[in-house]
Amino acid sequence: MFVSINWIKEYVDLSGFDIKELINKFTLATAEVEDIYEKGKDINHVIVGKILTVENHPDSKKLHLLKVDGGDRVYNIVCGAPNVREGMKVALAAAPARVPGADINVATVGGYESEGMCCSAKELGLSDDHSGILELPADAPCGEDIKKLYPIEDIVFEVDNKSLTNRPDLWGHYGIAREFAALTGRELKPLALDDLSYDGDYQVPVTIEREDLVYRYEALKMDNITVNESPVAMQIRLYYCGMRSINLLADVTNYIMLEIGQPTHAFNANMIDSIKVGTPKEKIKFTTLDNTEREIDENTLMIYNNDTPVAIAGIMGGLDSEIVEDTGAVVLESACFDGISVRKSSSRLGHRTDSSARYEKMLDPELCAQAVGRFAYIVKSIDSGAKIASKVNDKYVRKYPEITLSFDKKYVDRYTGIEISDERIIHTLTSLGFGVDYNSGEFTVSVPSWRATKDVTIKADIIEEITRIYGYDNFNITTTMMPLKPVKTDYAKAEDEEIKDILVKKYSMHEVNSYIWCDGRKYKKLGIEVEDNVKVLNIENSENGVLRNSMLPTLLVISNENKDFAESYAVFEIGRVVDGTREDGTCNERKHLGAVLYSKSGSEKELYYKALEVINTIVSEIKQTKAEYKKIAPAHNWQHPKNTAEISANGVAFGTICALHPSNKFKFDKTGSAVCFEFDMDSFNSVRANAIEFAETSDMQSVYYDLSLVIPDNTRFSELEKCWVNENFSELESYKIIDTFERLGVKSITVRFNFVDMERTLEMEEVQKKIDKILDNLSEIGVVIKA
Amino acid sequence: MFLKTDELREKFIKRSEELKAVSDVDQLRIEYLGKKGYVSALMQDLRNASAEEKKEAGKTINELKQFIESAIAEKIEILKKKEVQLLIDAAESYDESMPSSNDLGSYHPITLVKREVESIFTSMGFTVEDYSEITDDYNCFEALNIPPHHPARDMQDTYYLSSNQLLKTHTSAAQNTILRKYKNNLENGNPIRAIFPGRCFRNEKIDACHENTFFQMEGIMVDKDISVSNLIYFMKTMLSEVFQRDITVRLRPGFFPFVEPGFELDIQCLICGGTGCSSCKDSGWLELCPCGMIHPNVLTAAGIDPEKYTGFAFGLGLTRLAMMRYGVKDIRVFNSGNLKSLSQFTEKSFVNPESK
Repeated sequence: MFVSINWIKEYVDLSGFDIKELINKFTLATAEVEDIYEKGKDINHVIVGKILTVENHPDSKKLHLLKVDGGDRVYNIVCGAPNVREGMKVALAAAPARVPGADINVATVGGYESEGMCCSAKELGLSDDHSGILELPADAPCGEDIKKLYPIEDIVFEVDNKSLTNRPDLWGHYGIAREFAALTGRELKPLALDDLSYDGDYQVPVTIEREDLVYRYEALKMDNITVNESPVAMQIRLYYCGMRSINLLADVTNYIMLEIGQPTHAFNANMIDSIKVGTPKEKIKFTTLDNTEREIDENTLMIYNNDTPVAIAGIMGGLDSEIVEDTGAVVLESACFDGISVRKSSSRLGHRTDSSARYEKMLDPELCAQAVGRFAYIVKSIDSGAKIASKVNDKYVRKYPEITLSFDKKYVDRYTGIEISDERIIHTLTSLGFGVDYNSGEFTVSVPSWRATKDVTIKADIIEEITRIYGYDNFNITTTMMPLKPVKTDYAKAEDEEIKDILVKKYSMHEVNSYIWCDGRKYKKLGIEVEDNVKVLNIENSENGVLRNSMLPTLLVISNENKDFAESYAVFEIGRVVDGTREDGTCNERKHLGAVLYSKSGSEKELYYKALEVINTIVSEIKQTKAEYKKIAPAHNWQHPKNTAEISANGVAFGTICALHPSNKFKFDKTGSAVCFEFDMDSFNSVRANAIEFAETSDMQSVYYDLSLVIPDNTRFSELEKCWVNENFSELESYKIIDTFERLGVKSITVRFNFVDMERTLEMEEVQKKIDKILDNLSEIGVVIKA
Repeated sequence: MFLKTDELREKFIKRSEELKAVSDVDQLRIEYLGKKGYVSALMQDLRNASAEEKKEAGKTINELKQFIESAIAEKIEILKKKEVQLLIDAAESYDESMPSSNDLGSYHPITLVKREVESIFTSMGFTVEDYSEITDDYNCFEALNIPPHHPARDMQDTYYLSSNQLLKTHTSAAQNTILRKYKNNLENGNPIRAIFPGRCFRNEKIDACHENTFFQMEGIMVDKDISVSNLIYFMKTMLSEVFQRDITVRLRPGFFPFVEPGFELDIQCLICGGTGCSSCKDSGWLELCPCGMIHPNVLTAAGIDPEKYTGFAFGLGLTRLAMMRYGVKDIRVFNSGNLKSLSQFTEKSFVNPESK
């Protein structure tokens, strides 16, 4: 919203204050000012001139050669405007002069010397009108500075509308002036209102059919209006505040809206005999005064003349009842409609207006009467012949409850943390229009109607009023006093972070973030179906609406999209998935770790074993235990039927490792491969972590013994392992695979066993006995020594 | 005899000069000083000489022996030096400018910023809380004093789910749950100090400045007698720590239904220092975090008596902070999965402010 300081000054005396400093104070105390414009600063030596003679230019149809009396002398001016005539008073930029955006110097135009320029209103920044030069009143004295003639000089600032959302009272200059009054400690002058006296009983009939959507509706008829155009000063003010001048009556309604924030509507009285406020029984078409046909549904509040719709309540009037040039009589509507209803209607229509934007904020119904009085006052002051032609018909359907708040000084002290004197509190609240009853430290405050529609309802709201005017910059700031207490470690979070460290630092993986919903189009490219799950109802692209039940498809998409990043890489993310719904129908949201390892040329098997290494490292570093694997049937059809396994540790299953199903693998990459794993972090976090148990080490010489074994198909290493682990040999210090070999379909493996005793060096015979026992066990599962 | 020792000395010197390697010196030593070497032989020759002669010759032979011993030691020293020098001369000079194949992994920038901010808060006694991404109308709106017809609840802002739930639009959605979690603690005299970072969702068209999925962090502090003065102090301290320099802040009234009074906190532009530049739209200030005193209705909804306790809450846009910290101009980078962009975030971002 644009605010004119000239306008504010009509209600508050700002003399002696630095205006820019005040505007900055306003930002800090009330609402953010986005820009400040110094109007008229750019206009210099533009004076009243009188056209003495008009001569056609010999070579141009457009140009005229003028002699203009500038008071001090006569100026030769070459002018292209169509509306020049002898005797006309004009705004003459007498060279050297300045108008917004241009310096005016003596120049040759069309072969003739021009000693300045006759200005259009647009050239002076006073309106958009560039159809001709601005005509000044006939009695304007030649040579007078145009800035003396019209209020061109002004400081206009733009307030961020968002910061006014909760302040319906600030949607007009008068409300803003009240803030300036509070900030400067000066008095706010009252608004001049007409007493609306009328000798007679006539009222414009008003029926309210939807009382639930209307707080108040006032109608007033005026007639005998002969002036058509609003005064230039008013036009300039409207223009500075972002509105175009249309005609007197439309301008006055806009002026009042900008002044007190109350939208009003002027109907052509010839088109109105009985007003009805209601909603249509069925969808109708209605043409608004911007000449647009709109579809109106059954929930949209309308204004009718009898049964003919004439306006969309609170949004825009109709074309047929518009004020036209010869409208001598007007029916003024000053109403308070339900803000939510107006907002919803305006959003359905896709049409937001200055009026609807104000209603949305929940206007004060008391403003309706003020607007009527102000309208009559302004119209009469411009057109002295204008007459009140009816009694005001005031349908005050609903009032907001009066709000009174009580609190004591201690409450203010505690909430602010600083000392603000009782006098200061009383003065601040009074200057903002609050009624204050003070009795030795106890305050009883009545909230003014313009703040009582939703803005100020509890005593904490009063704290804001006191502190913002006090100024947050003036606060003495202090730290809190709190007991010393250690912060508990969140182990689940600590584990997440440790996993990230392992994956990034040890395995050079890259952490990514992806969306919580499936991207159906991208999944399709990899042959991955979007599985049924909870959906987002209102997402723009319906293919993306389903929430993911696994991290992996999205991570596979990401892996697939980065093929020119490197030969091989791995990505991971710890994020949320939805594993269907719980019994109560709500989402079963789980925190998951997903990871994909990709290699352009490496074999899938290598990657798979690499992934196992990563998982084993995570489990042994974080849980100090071993990960265990069990082949399972794939849960998703893009997983490999043979190479999908469940991961568990200390008896808790928490994840899956898998290769891609061949048909998906082929779509993913013809030569490369990808392997993925996923942890349910909630389950992983619940796995008991073993403590580190220190074991004494032996100083004796250890004895190693290598066994080369032939392994039958389908025998897993874990089965071999049992053959010695289950013996619990105290002397078996460690074992490891030192070689694996496969030839002509025969798999063999070499295991090195290290034996050591705590006290003495072991004899070979003792070791051999244990090896024999191991070999016995192995032969039972068909494993024999390699020949 | 003398002749013999002199001859031997001459012969030794000649032989010694011919030696090229340390290993040859040993051979020479054996030849002269060994049991069957020349010097021993000389001694043998003395067996039959007179005592007088023995004495005389013994001295000469001993001198010779000492001469040879020291000459050998000297020779070894020289040859060793030569050999080392040869090794040095033959050695390759390595090229330190060769690029190494440091295949570094990377953290998501949000992780880095989050870790940094979390460590600041935990150092000030805050707990770090986790909260779901999916929540419901009650937690996201109602418990936060957002009235039923508030525009924030419109479909154009909030993603609603077929499960009658929604994707949380702000981290404030966790306030009710977290206040409840610590309510008993509070009543036992332990103030609530908590932050909750998390992912939020808004139904928005994506462009360089807008994302429908982004990170925020919420913080709350509740105790007896927490005041506006405390809030301003805390925000200033916290932000100076986050930006690792003294920050000038200003508070403006801001309206959020879940705080009263509510503020918009601006910091003086870090780029121009407040004189005005394109980053701050010539205002000298950057709007950074909304904050305020927790609305009494929000405390009541969590079962906390607003007459006894007060508190403040603030929000910090982690995604925005990451953009400022790393100079990321296009917000889409964060969720792009593009490793060319994301692999640049290889380590912690903090810079020791005292380093030069």
